[in-house]
Amino acid sequence: MPAAASVRSALESAFRSAALGGIAALVLAVPLVGLETLDTPQGLGIAMRWDWVAKAVAIIVLGRLIIALWPAIPGTHLRIWVGVGLVTFIAIAADWWNGRPFRVDRLVAGLAVGLVLQAIVALRARFQSRNGREAVRSPAAIRLDRWLAVALIVCAALLPLTPLADRYIIDLGTTILIYVMLGWGLNVVVGLAGLLDLGYVAFYAVGAYSFALLARDFGLTFWECLPLAGFFAAMFGVLLGFPVLRLRGDYLAIVTLGFGEMIRIVLINFQAYTGGPNGVRSIPRPTFFGHPFTDFPEDGQVPFHQLFGIEYATFHRIAFLYYVILGLAALTFLFTERIRRLPVGRAWEALREDEVAARALGINPTNTKLTAFAIGAMFGGFAGAFFATRQGFISPESFTFIESAMVLAIVVLGGMGSQVGVAIAAVVLVVLPELGRGSVAALPGMFPEPAATVVRVALGLLPDFGIDLDLGRIRMLLFGGAMIAIMIWKPRGLLSRRDPSVALKVPVRAASGAGGQ
Amino acid sequence: MEYFVQQSINGLTLGAIYGLIAIGYTMVYGIIGMINFAHGEVFMIGAFIGVIMFTVLGLAGFGPVSVAIILVLLVSMVFTAAYGWTIERIAYRPLRGSFRLAPLISAIGMSIFLQNAVQLLQGARVKPLPAVVVGSIELMHADGFSVSISYIQILIISVTVALMVGLTLLVQRTSLGRAQRACEQDLTMAALVGVNVDRTISFTFVLGAALAAVAGVMVAMYYGVVDFFMGFVAGIKAFTAAVLGGIGSLPGAMLGGLIIGLVEAYWSAYFSIAYKDVAAFSILVLVLIFRPTGLLGRPDVEKV
Repeated sequence: MPAAASVRSALESAFRSAALGGIAALVLAVPLVGLETLDTPQGLGIAMRWDWVAKAVAIIVLGRLIIALWPAIPGTHLRIWVGVGLVTFIAIAADWWNGRPFRVDRLVAGLAVGLVLQAIVALRARFQSRNGREAVRSPAAIRLDRWLAVALIVCAALLPLTPLADRYIIDLGTTILIYVMLGWGLNVVVGLAGLLDLGYVAFYAVGAYSFALLARDFGLTFWECLPLAGFFAAMFGVLLGFPVLRLRGDYLAIVTLGFGEMIRIVLINFQAYTGGPNGVRSIPRPTFFGHPFTDFPEDGQVPFHQLFGIEYATFHRIAFLYYVILGLAALTFLFTERIRRLPVGRAWEALREDEVAARALGINPTNTKLTAFAIGAMFGGFAGAFFATRQGFISPESFTFIESAMVLAIVVLGGMGSQVGVAIAAVVLVVLPELGRGSVAALPGMFPEPAATVVRVALGLLPDFGIDLDLGRIRMLLFGGAMIAIMIWKPRGLLSRRDPSVALKVPVRAASGAGGQ
Repeated sequence: MEYFVQQSINGLTLGAIYGLIAIGYTMVYGIIGMINFAHGEVFMIGAFIGVIMFTVLGLAGFGPVSVAIILVLLVSMVFTAAYGWTIERIAYRPLRGSFRLAPLISAIGMSIFLQNAVQLLQGARVKPLPAVVVGSIELMHADGFSVSISYIQILIISVTVALMVGLTLLVQRTSLGRAQRACEQDLTMAALVGVNVDRTISFTFVLGAALAAVAGVMVAMYYGVVDFFMGFVAGIKAFTAAVLGGIGSLPGAMLGGLIIGLVEAYWSAYFSIAYKDVAAFSILVLVLIFRPTGLLGRPDVEKV
């Protein structure tokens, strides 16, 4: 086909797809974006937002046009500049549209971001082998990864000792580690065994309430309850999994979804034991193996600071909690790393890849899946017990579907099966809304000076549509969108890739587009 | 006895609504073998569009109620069908032939996305809808307890019956219905004999979404409130209904919906209203243990 004709047909199909997208966006936006229901004293009122509809349609049309034409642009460098140029243009056009003065810093930002991207691409090209990606990475790359993981763990372990650590940082670190642990626990179920668990928070709740109630009614301590919490959560997993895991995988997803909701309803209504919506209060704080973190110990107890002969500080308790969850998370990590190399772990991955073939090899699918489900639940239970002792108060409010969705988003974003990826994803997804407690405009203020300038310059690229973007509020929206986008473009995860646990020693070239099957 | 009859009427109304949503699940499952998790959200969007349209018509001082209801139902069906079509195009079609978990995760992402989009666009608060259809007929009266069926209940049941008849005719008599049945039996074979598979799948989503929209509008009229989270529990119950009836079977979905509706009504009436949602989930688990193919379903044989 002559080049001109092929260009014309590419353009034609791009414009057709853009027009179709525009029409669809218009139809979808008219009722829900264009008309807003307002609460007025006379009942429901209606406000019109046709300008939003116009913006939405414009974004969709432009976006589809770019996506359709993207593969036609030759060369990575040209793509970078076309992309950056477009974003800059949109940002400037949005200013013009809203009647704001022209900002030179948008051009500067475009130039800077483009140069940085080009540098990154050039660097990557240097370090990547000419033949592109291989199915099995070189031993050197895997070693590098392992060293990176060790370095990260050492950094995490040293964090409370550095002068950087204050109450807020350590608290945030603890929250991140809880999600890392939940992510790793769910990763066993979703990533390794390929079972979609939409009610993971239920096991988290079982663990939390097990500890809270055992401590309240029987006076057991955190360390006594921890194994019990994991055991109860695992038992719930077995009870729930047994009937469902015999069936097709999709049923598990909806049953776990229902179970997550059911646990919450039971917790709310079973007031005699769970306290209903009021939750369980005054859950005992963790002690350093019997030595409490308090300035005023009860009779016969030696508080932590006396034991070590140091000044009392509330920071000790926070740091201790941080180390406990770090230890639990590390345990989860090591356990998973080991078990995926054992026969049962290999069986999980075999079942995930092809259930029929795995069965033909003599793997019992129900039992194998059940172990994965129970082990995942157990780690959820551990994390739940920790959550209860950290908060000192739990209520059904903490165990909603949003939590399950968040953990699932961490696993999916991190690359199902990849442990390092899940950890990175947990950090990103917990820190992101934390940064956005204010609005995006406040972002540079969160960083120390040299970084703040970088962020400010990069933000110059962010188009201002006159809609206030609050990252905390749109967090779940972004999660949902990201889950769809990742499944379509990078089903093996955005942040990392999963190496097969067991592979042939001879490197096998992957066919193009290794994602997918 | 009177109490029982009253609960049966309430349960049938509820069951009709669950049945309408369940059809969307069962049709999609029948054809492409996936659970469309976002279907509950489609139902919620239908309800919202209904409330918005009623409010617009009310503010415009639109006259006859019967015309208004038909108009709102049609408008909601059209717009919600557009949502159904778009969801399939964006989230599911690119994943056909991807690995097993991909469409499920994409669907759950779509569900989260839609829920939060509606929350951000329309607000998190419960939206009230003033009663559109008022009044009721007294059927029985005994011991100071009167059994009545309200006009809205009559409306819901009759609209559902009409839609069921229409749907059955559509599936049995038209070429689109024939294509749908062919795809249900064997997607590849249907494509080989010239059925436009993509269009048939799109049509299935459109049809399911339109029925969910009707259910949404009627729930909004029946309870008088909508909120962005309503699709979640309704979706699970409707899915339970589809599984109970035998997933993939249209009459099964309706039957399952009616059973779930009745069980929920009796459960709330005789046991505990707090645990009414637990009842539906328990049924789901019990059905999966004892009769995974459902009441009217065919056994699911996996071929290699």
